[in-house]
Amino acid sequence: MKRWIVSLAMACLCFNALANEAAPLAEDPVVEKRLIGISEELRCLVCQNESLAGSRADLAMDLRREIRTLIRQGKSDAEIMDFMVNRYGDFVRYRPPVKPVTWLLWFGPFVLLLGALWGLYRLVRSTQREATAPVLDAAQRERAQALLQTTSTDTSNNPAPRS
Amino acid sequence: MKKTLIPLALFIVLAVFLAIGLTRDPREVPSPLINKPAPQFQTARLDAPDQMFASKDMLGKVWLLNTWASWCVACRVEHPLLMEYAKAKLVPIVGLDYKDKDDEGRRWLSRFGNPYDLTVVDRDGRIGIEFGVYGVPETFVIDKTGVIRYKQIGPITEQAWNEKIAPLVRELQK
Repeated sequence: MKRWIVSLAMACLCFNALANEAAPLAEDPVVEKRLIGISEELRCLVCQNESLAGSRADLAMDLRREIRTLIRQGKSDAEIMDFMVNRYGDFVRYRPPVKPVTWLLWFGPFVLLLGALWGLYRLVRSTQREATAPVLDAAQRERAQALLQTTSTDTSNNPAPRS
Repeated sequence: MKKTLIPLALFIVLAVFLAIGLTRDPREVPSPLINKPAPQFQTARLDAPDQMFASKDMLGKVWLLNTWASWCVACRVEHPLLMEYAKAKLVPIVGLDYKDKDDEGRRWLSRFGNPYDLTVVDRDGRIGIEFGVYGVPETFVIDKTGVIRYKQIGPITEQAWNEKIAPLVRELQK
């Protein structure tokens, strides 16, 4: 038992040592953190469903290198985004900007939703009207008329007739 | 009767939109550089490494910038057509050897033929990034004032040349 604990402790120490060694790999942690933040917002144009942060495509590596250089030059995130958009278009951004050409993209779903709600409202209203106003055929109408007449003769015997 | 047709009409509209979507290539991302001044660059020539080429040397001429590389498979597909069009001498074609080793680029040209009026190197791909290149081959039509007028994404096809590039070049040369 004791031997197990010792070897486990040794293993932990070993991992610790590894973790410490791995840290300096990132040249400048602040730059790398910003790089990841920016490149997660960008699409890799070679493998379009991958972000620039996650892609191993050659172009993605080159673009990360470019972004790293721009960060070191003290450019802001917005300036770096502009750098990318000026060259590759809005498509590189996972969050397309709201402008006249993207209005349909941003507001289209809500227009569809409103249309569907309006359709639903109309449908519910029309079924309700059908339920509250039953239609009688000629025979039913006659029976109803007859019933109404019998009740009216009944009320004529009423001790307190209406004026 | 009229009401029952509404879902059918909606379905047809949706189907038409989806059908149009199917005919479009998602890999063709429209370039924001069309009708904007082409990025300026200066780089060494592949055919004469001691000489430099600057994009502003081409001012006053309509020209094509064709990105290629010896490692690029699609460039092999495009190459015979480029050779043919180069012979017609309609427009100067500048080759940009993108992210390639100079030796391999030169070997490729001597093996398959050289359609370029001159070839320049982009060893680290920086010029490519300036032009928004995301795959080779890509071809830019640049007018006399240095403005990009058209971008062909992927290999030039006979159809693209006859219907778009050649007529546009003739128009711009006027």
